[in-house]
Amino acid sequence: MCIVCGCGAEPNSGHAGAAGAGVKDSNGDLHYGTGAAGSSVPGLSQARVIHMEADVLAENKRLASRNRAHFAAHGVTALNLVSSPGSGKTTLLCASINALKASSRAVSVAVIEGDQQTSVDAERIRATGAPAIQINTGRGCHLDAQMVGEAFARLDMHSAAHQRDASGAILFIENVGNLVCPALWDLGEAAKVVVLSVTEGEDKPLKYPDMFAAASLMIINKIDLMPYVTFDVARCIQYAQRVNPLIEVILVSATRGDGMVDWLDWLLPPRAAGYRRTKPGRARHAGALVPLARIANPTP
Amino acid sequence: MHELALATGIVRMVEAAASREHFLRVAQLRLEVGALAGVEPEALRFALTAMVGGTCLAGGEITIDETPGLARCLSCDASVEITSYIDACSRCGSYALQATGGTGLRIVDLLVVNE
Repeated sequence: MCIVCGCGAEPNSGHAGAAGAGVKDSNGDLHYGTGAAGSSVPGLSQARVIHMEADVLAENKRLASRNRAHFAAHGVTALNLVSSPGSGKTTLLCASINALKASSRAVSVAVIEGDQQTSVDAERIRATGAPAIQINTGRGCHLDAQMVGEAFARLDMHSAAHQRDASGAILFIENVGNLVCPALWDLGEAAKVVVLSVTEGEDKPLKYPDMFAAASLMIINKIDLMPYVTFDVARCIQYAQRVNPLIEVILVSATRGDGMVDWLDWLLPPRAAGYRRTKPGRARHAGALVPLARIANPTP
Repeated sequence: MHELALATGIVRMVEAAASREHFLRVAQLRLEVGALAGVEPEALRFALTAMVGGTCLAGGEITIDETPGLARCLSCDASVEITSYIDACSRCGSYALQATGGTGLRIVDLLVVNE
């Protein structure tokens, strides 16, 4: 059908001539849109179509690939921590750094902190002795690959790796607290780790499915608060697995220390090539692997 | 909110195309948003409309085609259409789905003019 007048003629068949001015065919009808574009714009003589077929996130993906190669060249495994604000990401990171220092498994750790404003989180990390760079995104709601690349270049981890073998280094990237936007932006990480605290409600995986679909691991934090909140762990895991059948789950209290062993076991040795499983995910609780099917089917 | 960042990227890509392909104005911008792309089409349209002033996209029409999400069922191996990550397999009811398509945001084409 002619897209201009709906007359039923095929574009470029019954209609003659150039677009813009309008052209009479043998019946005296006027038709526009017979130019290369197959359409017409009032007041314009000619239009053409440019086929882009371009991924809008291509530039970010290119920079993320460059970060990934850069991390690999420095023996660094990067993990992108995502969650809503207040889930305890920074507390978890401080506890993780201290636990790594106390363990026999020597790995160097650095942190890139993302927040809209303030350097409060980077200062908390630096207080543990680990190097940290704060990125303030201003009004931005997520970190992107360019920001992370520039921050990494400023880290001690980066310069140190140029001088000695740094195999076994972990770079934690704490994203802006937001369960929506950071899901889309690849930073060059080996895995996304989504942190959900028991004060937030077990239905978050269903409400923000894109984030849980993008994550390799879900950490359920603040389990020390379980006696004071109504949070159905089994249902939460069931929802997360519904969104992402390959997701792994660890129950943690970063303040009390529960589950930190499970978390370090998952983390180490650093797997720069990625943490994504190919088989259905598992849940870990109190040092033991719990079959997800058992947790995911609460007894009535 | 990230639609604003995506819109910035789109305007930048179109402006780059304008200097590469030598056109002055875009009469129509056609985008394709997958159901699993994590992009809200109306929020993207709003963000674009707010920032095209003074660019070659000013006054142009924005068309957003929405494509379905595609997934492979890990239980029955079927390829099914889904609208979100929380959907079940339409054939066997399993939630063990792996997204295989409809995850992207693309600029499909531009209808451009030189006046």
